[in-house]
Amino acid sequence: MSTRTSAVGALLSILAILVGAAGPVLADHKPAASIPTAALVQPADFAATLNASAASKPLILQVGFRKAYLQAHVPGSEYVGAASDEDGVKVLRERVAKLHKDSAIVIYCGCCPWSKCPNIAAAYDTLQQLGFRNVKVIYIADDFGTNWVDQGFPTAKGS
Amino acid sequence: MRGSPIAACALGLLLAGIARALGPGDVAPDFALMDFNGKPMRLADYRGKLVLLNFWASWCGPCLEEMPRLSALQRSYGPLGLQVIGVSMDDEAAPAKQLLAKRPVNYPVALGDDKLGERFGGILGLPQSFLIDRHGLILARYKGEADLSKIEATIKSQLTVPRH
Repeated sequence: MSTRTSAVGALLSILAILVGAAGPVLADHKPAASIPTAALVQPADFAATLNASAASKPLILQVGFRKAYLQAHVPGSEYVGAASDEDGVKVLRERVAKLHKDSAIVIYCGCCPWSKCPNIAAAYDTLQQLGFRNVKVIYIADDFGTNWVDQGFPTAKGS
Repeated sequence: MRGSPIAACALGLLLAGIARALGPGDVAPDFALMDFNGKPMRLADYRGKLVLLNFWASWCGPCLEEMPRLSALQRSYGPLGLQVIGVSMDDEAAPAKQLLAKRPVNYPVALGDDKLGERFGGILGLPQSFLIDRHGLILARYKGEADLSKIEATIKSQLTVPRH
């Protein structure tokens, strides 16, 4: 009995080590592909709306990493933080807490290639769960530098 | 007379104070950081070596996928003159250090900031790497999920160039 118990224990220990070594360090994140196509807006199309009158401007939120935001961001956008992180989701929830559910909100990230972005779907899902019905997502295929800055679209920097 | 779209884009970036993207032929900006082991890390100290400068973050999946291969490159080509350098763009050092404790690498890593990113023409997406020659000139810039086989081929070709 004790021999069997210790053998099972050893086996479990080995298994735990193997899983720990090979398992993902990052928590699984929902892929950006889960965002409905109808919610996506192309960078060029969104850039063209930035000169619209102030009354019709949406709330624009960057849900990626701070060091990218400080270097370059969509003019008028606010930094809320990486939505793959609990703190980022908390800031996002707080930022929209007092908004009407029909408020126009545009979110973007651009930290990584779209298919690998850990933030954008998390932010979109959070807003959906909160009941926001007018959320758009800027589709950034590669990264913010390539698909926005390098295209010559309006860009601001700093905090 | 109409200017080219590239010139217009460059002018727009200049007016906005956004850094111009660095690429092949540009001098790699020098920087001095303290690595996660408490040792000074200055780019200029690696003159004479081929440097692969890799910007990454602990939350970036593609970054984590390529880091073991960067370690392999360091292992294979370090004795021939390659030096891989990692710069984390995490908000703070703690998550990067925690990640490295679980997935150690065999090259120095330090925490970068937005100012350093700007000096390299904007690190606005990750991963991003620069291959820098023995004289401090940028040979190539790799954005996003780079083809590491191509990088390795370039490294090989550079390390066989006679030194002068």
